[in-house]
Amino acid sequence: MATKTKFEVKLGAATREAFGRELVELGRANQDIVVCDADLSKSTMTVYFAKEFPDRFISCGIAEADMVAIGAGLAYGGKIPVVSSFSAFVINKGFEQLRVAVAYPKLNVKVVGTHSGISIGEDGPSQMSVEETGLACSLPGFVVISPADELSCRALFREAVNHNGPVFVRTGRPKCPILYTADQKFEIGKAVELADGKDVTVIANGLLVAQAMIAADMLDAEGISVRVVDMHTVKPIDRDAIRKAATETGAIVVAEEHLVDGGLGVRVAQVVAETAPVPMEFVGIQDTYAESGQPEELLEKYGLVAKDVAAAIRKVAGRKR
Amino acid sequence: MPKSIPELQEIAKRVRRDIIEMTGAAKSGHPGGSLSAVELVVDLFFHTMKVDPKNPAWKDRDRFILSKGHAAPVLYSVMAEAGYADTPKDQLNTLRKLGSVFQGHPDVRYIHSLEASTGSLGEGVSLALGMGLAARLNHSPSRTYTMLGDGEIQEGQIWEAAMAGAFHKLDNVVAIVDYNRIQLDGFVKDIMEVEPVADKWRAFGWHTVEIDGHDFAAIQGAFAEAAATKGKPTCVVAHTIKGKGVSFMENNPKFHGTAPSAQEVQLALQELQ
Repeated sequence: MATKTKFEVKLGAATREAFGRELVELGRANQDIVVCDADLSKSTMTVYFAKEFPDRFISCGIAEADMVAIGAGLAYGGKIPVVSSFSAFVINKGFEQLRVAVAYPKLNVKVVGTHSGISIGEDGPSQMSVEETGLACSLPGFVVISPADELSCRALFREAVNHNGPVFVRTGRPKCPILYTADQKFEIGKAVELADGKDVTVIANGLLVAQAMIAADMLDAEGISVRVVDMHTVKPIDRDAIRKAATETGAIVVAEEHLVDGGLGVRVAQVVAETAPVPMEFVGIQDTYAESGQPEELLEKYGLVAKDVAAAIRKVAGRKR
Repeated sequence: MPKSIPELQEIAKRVRRDIIEMTGAAKSGHPGGSLSAVELVVDLFFHTMKVDPKNPAWKDRDRFILSKGHAAPVLYSVMAEAGYADTPKDQLNTLRKLGSVFQGHPDVRYIHSLEASTGSLGEGVSLALGMGLAARLNHSPSRTYTMLGDGEIQEGQIWEAAMAGAFHKLDNVVAIVDYNRIQLDGFVKDIMEVEPVADKWRAFGWHTVEIDGHDFAAIQGAFAEAAATKGKPTCVVAHTIKGKGVSFMENNPKFHGTAPSAQEVQLALQELQ
């Protein structure tokens, strides 16, 4: 057996930055892309697009409900609207409009939420989205994507724009460890196996993918072989990858920067229950809102770092018969 | 070809009969706010808007969004009268029944000629702004009209959109307030007063016109004025009568969301001869 290459943490750009840069590239290639933002373009990074294509940048003011429905109107008019704000605002304040104006007629609207999760840091819980994945997944017909690093975010956002229908892309504020090289292919609904292993699979997305990679190295030293799967698309979920993980490794940990209720974990568990029931553990935010602090401090305090993933792996390995 | 006013009045009478028959057959629905909007919707489809029912996907067509989606019967009847293939006149009385294209509120999944799915109040102006922005970006002469209920403008999103419409100088957008003074729970003034309506729209930067919403000449004048107004959107505050045309339905809050009984249908149809 080949020796496992140890995962090295090298920080790349934040996923919001990757989104903002890719948006400009896509805007150059496709005149139909129109961007709506609610007074946060300097944070969501749609500012790059706004500077290059001022005519196709619609300033909506601090009015997310209006912004989402304007996006719907643009889609009815044949445009490809990219509607962006912090996840906490676009999903929660715009939810009714995402439901009736976008999801129900199944319009070609791309919703990009930035500053997702608690890693936004000092601003605190009113700005921290911990429910967005669950809410977005509850909308019929929506594709929901949560990329883990810069390259995958750019590639998956490109896929999102090419997809005909509503998509929610979840991005974050902090810089992310680099996981991929330029030759990696990404497809909506197709998970990526980042590390092979035979004892336990960690299925993660967003910031937790890198933590899972670190945890896998920790467990390797303890003689537990861990597979790591980047489940970047939460909906439609990659059922084959989950079934394969369950049957081949016999135990699954799901890790995400989201409430454990309603996020990736419950969706993986549903597939596991339907296909190949095995022991599972869940790493995520428990039934609570977080607080102000530095992102690293918060991730540590709320149990979203490698040692928490490692503890869950040990626990689930112990539950295997 | 735009119709003459006497022709429009004849169409309006047939549409009113349809509304009574449809809601009567469905045994549910919203006749009052459909009847108040008849002249406005008839004028849009038969006089003011550039539409081609034989080619509903025509890119430069004018667009109508029924933001007060519960008034679906008036829109369905007018579209059937106009001859859209996906609003067959002989099926109007399947309104609200399982499998019908005539859903309780307008639904583009069933009728592709509709411009938007609506029904949750407050979204129409925002949708119209999006369509107006798309038309501007496409260098299209298309104009977008949206009809709001007076109760509906209690929704905060309306005023977010009012602000945005003026800010973006969308002179290709027209909002029409069907000001019939009644909402589900009773008279608007008793539920949540919306006055001064015209002053509010003016304050938000819209060119605002107040008219009698049952007078075709006034309606046409207002829409012509809107088309001639540059640099700002127009709001037409149309004073109307809820239940217009049927004596026992007029100004009666009961008929906001209650269908006429079989006997009431007969009485109403006699009045609408």
